[in-house]
Amino acid sequence: MEIIKTENLYFDYEIYDDKGNVVEKNPALHGVNLTVQKGEFLAVLGHNGSGKSTLAKHFNGILLPSRGKVFVNNIDVSDDSRIYEIRQTVGMVFQNPDNQIVAAIVEEDVAFALENLGVPPDEIRERIDEAMKLVDIYKYHKHAPHRLSGGQKQRVAIAGVIAMRPMCIVLDEPTAMLDPKGRKEVMGTIKMLNEKGITIVLITHYMEEAAQARRVVVMDKGAIIMDGTPKEIFSEVEKLKAVGLDVPQVTELAYELRKAGVKLPANILNEDECAKELAVILKEGRDLLQ
Amino acid sequence: MLKDITIGQYFPGDSVIHRLDARFKIVFSILAAAMLFTAQNFIGLGIAAVFIIMCYAVSGIRFRMILKSLKPIVPLIIFTGVLNLFFIKGEEILLSWWIITIHTDGLRTSAFMVVRIITLITGMSLLTYTSSPIMLTDAIESLLSPLKKLRFPVHELAMMMMIALRFIPLLIEETDKIMMAQKARGANLDAKGLIKKAKALIPILIPLFISAFKRANELAMAMECRCYRGGEGRTRLKKLKASILDFLAFGLILCVFGIIIANNFAF
Ligand SMILES: Nc1ncnc2c1ncn2[C@@H]1O[C@H](COP(=O)(O)OP(=O)(O)O)[C@@H](O)[C@H]1O
Ligand SMILES: [Mg+2]
Repeated sequence: MEIIKTENLYFDYEIYDDKGNVVEKNPALHGVNLTVQKGEFLAVLGHNGSGKSTLAKHFNGILLPSRGKVFVNNIDVSDDSRIYEIRQTVGMVFQNPDNQIVAAIVEEDVAFALENLGVPPDEIRERIDEAMKLVDIYKYHKHAPHRLSGGQKQRVAIAGVIAMRPMCIVLDEPTAMLDPKGRKEVMGTIKMLNEKGITIVLITHYMEEAAQARRVVVMDKGAIIMDGTPKEIFSEVEKLKAVGLDVPQVTELAYELRKAGVKLPANILNEDECAKELAVILKEGRDLLQ
Repeated sequence: MLKDITIGQYFPGDSVIHRLDARFKIVFSILAAAMLFTAQNFIGLGIAAVFIIMCYAVSGIRFRMILKSLKPIVPLIIFTGVLNLFFIKGEEILLSWWIITIHTDGLRTSAFMVVRIITLITGMSLLTYTSSPIMLTDAIESLLSPLKKLRFPVHELAMMMMIALRFIPLLIEETDKIMMAQKARGANLDAKGLIKKAKALIPILIPLFISAFKRANELAMAMECRCYRGGEGRTRLKKLKASILDFLAFGLILCVFGIIIANNFAF
């Protein structure tokens, strides 16, 4: 079952003059075909300006296609009458937690979406408590958001989306402004939500985070140029470097060692695997020497 | 340094005053102000003052907070006091020295005005001390809701207040950061003279505005993503509810008001 589907999606940013005439078109997406399955954990990679955020904003009708189609749960996002249904199905979390928290008290903010949807107060209470407990911020429910850490604030933002009970959450570089501790908290939360069956689309430029997904797509100049499992993607080191991306540090190490003639497999993704393979080789080497 | 400013200071609690409906509390505050301006003599003023102090006692807000609320208006108090003291003339001269003459009436009016201002501010502060900012914005939205019929954007006004309350601490923090960054680059922020001072503000205000607009843009998008579509059909997590307590308090205030009016006629 697919939850998000784009068909030959094109998007141009239009730049207007003072009188409201289009003076320039800035093409940001060129024929993107992408299908996200229910329950999937998809990471989107790409360097700055490759169109990741633009693509993400099509997933819940914040932007509408210039050409092509986007479907959420088989609903066309251009269908104005069902836009709130779409936004409830696909929740969105942005980079800067400070700029997406509306209310001056945590629980009031988590309730914001439900208030907009006209949910009765008793049910709001129930759903926000559940959401706050799920992402482990319930103990701060009466706090002012600006007193919380970055990771906590980002989890408040996630709770605000979870309260809508979405099927899919799109996160646009949610860890970019966080310290390593906050990053870990947020990644842990994201993985836990995926295990609970929520579809995750994670836009990131941390390769280590992308390596934790089940599927990775790479974007360049407004198009998808690679699509596969993390192992498949990260084994193509040259191709990634050509579009200005890095590979995870361990993969890089393995790549350099392989280039130097060490016989390591091409698709090493984490430190444990790498250590194991290296141990085997070192042992063989020692055996050879003796 | 800027961080020390607190806005809409609220002291959470569970007293009777805290539990009153914020809408009623706003009305009570207006009545209390009216009461103070109705009182024509010290007895009336005294009754109102005792009533307000009793409210503080019930609310559990420490009396020290009264002094704190008065701090910003000390200049106003002194100004009012001095002005009335020297310029009100009566028949009886209390003191005359060099070019200064103080009349008994001057002293009386001066004292009366000072006590009135102090009581007024103390009373008004109790409103923000005992109601959370969100309760207050909700109450204002609810009290102004009849104006919706005249196409007055009541919901939008309340939403703006709510967002302002959320972003003021953030922007204050940001101003602090920008000031430090500009100082580190050699900006002279402690310049003397009005024009130089204004010029020194430019390198702070421009980055602050740019950042505020960027924030506004992102916030608008985040609100859209969470299905925001104006006040139509919106529900609230906490609904303001009037209870018997509010009506009892209303009765009590009307009684005090009545006593003050009666007192005006009696003396
Ligand atoms: N609001 C906008 N107006 C005009 N051009 C934009 C706007 N936002 C992004 N762009 C342009 O669209 C392209 C893709 O941007 P974006 O989707 O933000 O990339 P990414 O998120 O991958 O960094 C870039 O060339 C960028 O300059
Ligand atoms: Mg982006």
